[in-house]
Amino acid sequence: MIPAAFEYTRPESVDEAVRALAAAGDEAKVLAGGQSLLPLLRLRLAFPELVVDVGRIPALRGVREDGGTLVIGALTTHHDVLRDPLVRRHAGLLAAATQTVADPAVRHRGTLGGSLAHADPAGDLPAVVLALDGELVVAGPNGRRTVAAGDFFVDYLQSALAPDELLVEVRLPKTDGWGFHYEKFHRVAQAYAIVGVAALVRRDDGRIAEARVGLTNMGSTPLRAVAAERALAGADGPDAVARAAELAAEGTRPPQDVSASPEYRTHLARVLTRRAVLAATEAR
Amino acid sequence: MTHIKVNVDGTVYEDDVEPRLLLAHYLRDRLGLTGTPIGCDTSNCGACTVDLDGATVKSCSVLAVQADGSEVTTVQGLARNGELTALQRAFHELHALQCGYCTPGMIMAARDLLRENPRPGPDEVRHALEGNLCRCTGYQNIVRAVLAASGQDTARSGQETAQEVRA
Amino acid sequence: MTDQAVAREVGRSRLRKEDARLITGQTNWTDNIQVTGLLQLAVLRSPMAHARIGRVDVSPALDRPGVVAAFSGADLADGLGSLPCAWPVTEDIVLPGHPPIAVDEVRHAGDPVAVVVARDRYLAADALEAIEVDYEPLPPVLDLEAALADDAPLVHADKGTNRSYVWPLATGESFAAVRERAEVTVKRRYHQQRLIPNAMEPRAVVVTPLAASGEYTVYSATQIPHILRIMLATVTGVPEHKLRVIAPDVGGGFGSKLQVYGEEAIALAVARRLGRPVKWTESRSEGYLATHHGRGMIQDVEVAATREGRLLGLKVDLIADMGAYLMLVTPGIPILGAFMYPGIYKMDAYEFTCTGVFTTRTPTDAYRGAGRPEATFAIERIMDELAAELGLDPVELRRRNWIRHEEFPYTTIAGLTYDSGDYEAATDKALALFGYDGLRAEQRERNARGDTVRLGIGVSTFTEMCGLAPSRVLRDLRYGAGGWEAASIRMLPTGKVEVVTGTSPHGQGHETCWSQIAADVLGVPFEDVEVVHGDTRSAPQGMDTYGSRSLAVGGEAVHRAATRVVDKARKVAAHLLEASEQDLDFTDGVFSVKGSPEARRTIQEIAFETFSSHDLPDGMEPTINAEYLVDPENFSYPHGTHLCAVEVDTETGMARIRSYVCVDDVGRVVNPMIVEGQVHGGLAQGIAQALYEEAVYDDEGNLVSGTMTDYLVPSAVDLPDFVTDRTETPAASNALGVKGVGEAGTIASTPAVVNAVVDALRPFGVLDVRMPCTPERIWQAVRSAAAGKEAAA
Repeated sequence: MIPAAFEYTRPESVDEAVRALAAAGDEAKVLAGGQSLLPLLRLRLAFPELVVDVGRIPALRGVREDGGTLVIGALTTHHDVLRDPLVRRHAGLLAAATQTVADPAVRHRGTLGGSLAHADPAGDLPAVVLALDGELVVAGPNGRRTVAAGDFFVDYLQSALAPDELLVEVRLPKTDGWGFHYEKFHRVAQAYAIVGVAALVRRDDGRIAEARVGLTNMGSTPLRAVAAERALAGADGPDAVARAAELAAEGTRPPQDVSASPEYRTHLARVLTRRAVLAATEAR
Repeated sequence: MTHIKVNVDGTVYEDDVEPRLLLAHYLRDRLGLTGTPIGCDTSNCGACTVDLDGATVKSCSVLAVQADGSEVTTVQGLARNGELTALQRAFHELHALQCGYCTPGMIMAARDLLRENPRPGPDEVRHALEGNLCRCTGYQNIVRAVLAASGQDTARSGQETAQEVRA
Repeated sequence: MTDQAVAREVGRSRLRKEDARLITGQTNWTDNIQVTGLLQLAVLRSPMAHARIGRVDVSPALDRPGVVAAFSGADLADGLGSLPCAWPVTEDIVLPGHPPIAVDEVRHAGDPVAVVVARDRYLAADALEAIEVDYEPLPPVLDLEAALADDAPLVHADKGTNRSYVWPLATGESFAAVRERAEVTVKRRYHQQRLIPNAMEPRAVVVTPLAASGEYTVYSATQIPHILRIMLATVTGVPEHKLRVIAPDVGGGFGSKLQVYGEEAIALAVARRLGRPVKWTESRSEGYLATHHGRGMIQDVEVAATREGRLLGLKVDLIADMGAYLMLVTPGIPILGAFMYPGIYKMDAYEFTCTGVFTTRTPTDAYRGAGRPEATFAIERIMDELAAELGLDPVELRRRNWIRHEEFPYTTIAGLTYDSGDYEAATDKALALFGYDGLRAEQRERNARGDTVRLGIGVSTFTEMCGLAPSRVLRDLRYGAGGWEAASIRMLPTGKVEVVTGTSPHGQGHETCWSQIAADVLGVPFEDVEVVHGDTRSAPQGMDTYGSRSLAVGGEAVHRAATRVVDKARKVAAHLLEASEQDLDFTDGVFSVKGSPEARRTIQEIAFETFSSHDLPDGMEPTINAEYLVDPENFSYPHGTHLCAVEVDTETGMARIRSYVCVDDVGRVVNPMIVEGQVHGGLAQGIAQALYEEAVYDDEGNLVSGTMTDYLVPSAVDLPDFVTDRTETPAASNALGVKGVGEAGTIASTPAVVNAVVDALRPFGVLDVRMPCTPERIWQAVRSAAAGKEAAA
């Protein structure tokens, strides 16, 4: 299938991009790697009048440290995230989950910022950034603002980005020393996660001192398994983890779709949370 | 219309294109480079995989304007002076294709893998090809061919190694 | 005569002649074709499953840039007859008309309603959006059983029923009688989900007119250029001799390109109307609606047996989903299976009925195996259930019932005569390769331990009928044509050889295999043979490629045509060598006089002598070219034993194949490498039915699994390594001794996998898991079985 016609601009700076977006009102789409947008355009599920291609803005690419925070440019591709030593050292969970995104060719083009801005609750990275307590830096006509991941994902395919705003950076507090694991449950390699669980565990003296659990595809946005996290604090041993994991689906509203029922997703969230947390506890 | 300049398989082309033109259609319809086929509209099948500035992309999910200033290599640009690459030879010698529609994409994806990982294990080969669908071969001979092209034993093509580890 | 074709080529893993162009991108897919002035055709499709068409206004499309023409169904109705159904399986079949483009009513999501013709594919896609159509919704018809009720909404209101046909078969004793005396009966209902074939090359068609002479060349991504030519002549009224059909490089078919499609007829009609060349190429998601589907059946199956496990009888009632229309062989697909339900087993009674039902879904038709996978699934699944009921090992139950090797040829309860086979040999070999006893021991141990990941072992001892087909049998089945195949051999003056075949390969490797066959018979180098196919002008006679027929019928025709060439060449050689024909030896392409080996002529020299015709025997026609049309005397019956081990995570329901072993007997093998490849690919598709794929519709009749993102074609990560081996029992029904191999892997593997899944779950009391065995279905099956046990306790 073939996209409908659109105007195209390729700004060379963030400011220029923001101006282009502002001028277009509601009718523009940002093109980063295009791995979510192009299929939508081809199936004619999106009809932007203007496509703003931010792919050639070098400032949006790359990984750096800022004290206790890892700063990843929104345009950094999945492929580059995977190969980045800073990401591996300070945000291993992100690397682990990125490895499960789509396939190598899509990872060459697709970007971290694009995956987050697309705000697909079935995507792997939103729940991961949520679990990492990430912050998203957004540029708009009035300068930059920082949005906590928990506030960024508003609804299904809907983020807190205004039409004239551009996601420029993802800031992740370093999780050095935390155990991590991303448990993706899908039927074939390319399929979206039926449910995914992103687990981070900080241990203290053999016990779990603190755990964070992000859930993929358990609602209209990525979610934290808050009740399970609370129960995991202080958990000692697999049985305690299993008991806490039983709370993983509390407060979620898992979708009904062609790949699973809400009931099954609820069950999976519990099993996968247990497995992810145990794996994270063993891993370092 | 947007003006673009693209080097494809060693030849530089300059064209005015509509921004919405997919790279795959630019190659096929404008340049007549029909060696790169299209097999789906959701970027699942990988038949249209080409190399863009040293990394594989699905050319159905890239706009031609995004390739402006870039170098594209397609399956048609691999053999030099009629000399097949090791991967092309291995696909032939190990019967890694039947209808051949997925073959250009498979070869490009495998080439990308071997560039990053010259001696992959069978399961690594399978994962590297997860974005390229084949309906004819059941993949076994494709995996063998990639292993062979990397100079490795081709008796096994994966999955069972994982079993052995588990057992 | 003493000559014996020396098998230098047949039996050897020759690398494929086809590959050179495919690995370098020098291909000729239909969508690659560009001709001067080519226009792009695009099709507007119904978004609704069932509706009356009110107004269709194509005029806004005409105002769009680059648009040359636009037509509604009514606009084109004059030049387009109904699409054909060549297999009206009963005398009283309900066979509705099938306009290539809907005029009054749409009957499935994706039914064509209008077309535009524009200067390129982008402009055509844009213009489609401008067409205005008013639909008056009608109720969808989706449930196969509800569709048969008296008050059901109708797919074809003028027919007064959704029942297309009822096709019965009853042989041997009455099933009721054997059930009376049976000690055990097992009855099950199985569902064959709808599948989307997914050949990697989407369909495409290009029509180029020669307006002055009224001639048309149709290029199509088809398996059946010859049949298509006849049918397009009928549908469009373009005289057959003015039509040339070419199947260029075709990227897979699996039955989905064994069809006469509306778009082919529309493209021809539009090219005729405009006098300009047109192209249509389907997108993948469009193809999911517009290209026929496979399977789609409910199977009620009952077996009756003795306590010792001897089968007494089998009863099968099918309800088969035709979809909205009867296409080329739609109604015949379940009937191809009718003869295969008894499988490899002996029994005293067999009863079968199939009811064909219309629904408001994309039509079904042939998909790899076509009726036989469904049959094999049913019998192989219920054999496992019977084994469980009797407390027998499933392999042992099969041994007690199968036809023993010394009993061939054997006429089965369904009336087929199996010419050869050795089920014992294939099974013993497969069990050894698989390590059956060791896996059973591990399974017992894991069950005893209460492992959350259970091991299941599945077996499938299958046979199938292929090599379609003896023409007289086809007559008896009311099929509209014969099942012969043609080959002709042209000996060129320089000694090179052209083999012209009526088969139409699309990935199978006929160019390679037919070269091997001809090279052996003629004694010429493999490289000196070129295979010509897929063009009704250069290969004018043929019945094309489907039903694992090409080698057993078409390859046999090549063999016999080549033999005729040798016979003719012998006359020339005898004349030139001044010897009698009886005194000539023919070995490795050389005629020599017995006793004086220096007196010799190669067949390639004879080709030139015949070309010059300076010194031929008196009265001899100056050619050694020959043609042969083979009408097979029987089907071919490949068989084999497939074994699958799965690990099922009972917590999540995920089933993963741990090992897969198969030993197939496809008779004499022309090219072992290609045979192995066919088996691999067949297994992949059979496993995909068991575990992954399903065309899912919602209650409105929309295809929910409408893109490759939602319809799960497995990747390299999702399939195991296969261990394949062979036994070789030559077919008795053709001179080559060959059987088909294209469909065997698909037919055999689905029940092997599902048997393994159910075997893993049997300790929980699970009796079945509906296909595809998704993790959720497996999880639900374990849960309901556990709940059932609790309730019973």
